[in-house]
Amino acid sequence: MKTLKQQFAEGLWTDNPGLVQLLGLCPLLAVTTSFANGLGLGLATLFVLTASNALVSATRSLLSAEIRVPVYVIIIASLVTSVELMFEAWFPAMDRSLGIFIPLIVTNCAIVARAEVFASKNPVGLSILDGFAMGSGFALLLTGIGAVRELVGHGTLFADLGMLAGLDGSPGLELFDGGFLLALLPPGAFFCLALAVAAKNALDLRSRRAHGLRRANPEPR
Amino acid sequence: MNRIGKSGLTLAGIAVVCTGIVALTYELTAERIEENRKAHAEALLAAALGDIGYDSSLTDSRRTLPAPHGLPGDDAADIYRAELNGRTVAVLFAVTAMDGYAGPIRLLIGVRADGRLSGVRVVSHDETPGLGDQIESRRTDWILQFDGKSLVDPAPTDWAIRADGGDFDQITGASVSSRAVLKAVRDTLLYFADNRDAVLGTGEALKTDDENRQ
Repeated sequence: MKTLKQQFAEGLWTDNPGLVQLLGLCPLLAVTTSFANGLGLGLATLFVLTASNALVSATRSLLSAEIRVPVYVIIIASLVTSVELMFEAWFPAMDRSLGIFIPLIVTNCAIVARAEVFASKNPVGLSILDGFAMGSGFALLLTGIGAVRELVGHGTLFADLGMLAGLDGSPGLELFDGGFLLALLPPGAFFCLALAVAAKNALDLRSRRAHGLRRANPEPR
Repeated sequence: MNRIGKSGLTLAGIAVVCTGIVALTYELTAERIEENRKAHAEALLAAALGDIGYDSSLTDSRRTLPAPHGLPGDDAADIYRAELNGRTVAVLFAVTAMDGYAGPIRLLIGVRADGRLSGVRVVSHDETPGLGDQIESRRTDWILQFDGKSLVDPAPTDWAIRADGGDFDQITGASVSSRAVLKAVRDTLLYFADNRDAVLGTGEALKTDDENRQ
């Protein structure tokens, strides 16, 4: 059985849904135009992933092979609808800012992937942890890419972060004027993601060399 | 019980539970959501009026014009009047620009009695985050450039974005959104010019939804 540390290491690094599994790229690329947007969608996804893992795991003994996918769909869709209502009620500015991408969490394959790969085969507690770890990995990546794109594209950081407190917008840090618009355009999202994946691979390679391991993939899975 | 029946019942049971979750969330949030929407609408109405002083209730003055009404948009348009001492000082048009990049853009356009714009605000849109959403006043100052403009300033031929040889800035990377908003604003001003007396309440009343039905 995996330890807590292992589960978090997997979610945040070795099996990060965005960096390694490359799942959920649609929201990852579309909404990461600012730190606040990345964090908002990251937290919403984190919540849905944790809750859907919990519900799938709790019902796993009832599910036969034929109905498991429809059940995932029902569970994930109702959770996302609930999250959308909650955003509209308590973070209206954030809801207006993220717009269609909150309902689109339903199409994030990272969620259905964790339901199938992990939650349907593990007890509730572990599944909740797995959802939380994977969701955190995804949220951190969204927030990180959002921060880089906002900084390079706008010259600001943390703009509109007040939306998460239910405020109608806040200026954030204005570090320099102008900015490099490409970072905010869709290609900028691909460049940032590619750089993040490359950086992760380079770090992994270095630490493997440091441990004297030569094989590209030392732990067969 | 056979396998299919059992699976079907399980599926139905889970569907009921999940529907319950959504229904419960809806019950808990519906009131707040309604309040948020109203507060947002009020704030937008006031924002589109700029610094005009008025002493009437904006929401109470709403008149709905069913399509076709000559204003931008394929669905009903709303008109609000801001009055000061019984005289209409400005009119707000809630119209829809149909040619946004990702669907209709709902706009609130404030026109002073003298035909100058008091302000333009975006109510809702589906434009691209990071690009087209810069038409929102809380993101950039782009939409504020309409304040004080009218059909004589700039001249009607200059009512276009710079990319089209006009007098107005466009949002880089979102000229379709910029063009859509600008066109809706211009068309609203044209409508105001053509129906000035009726809109201001100094001439024949505008036909409202109810009156059309009679």
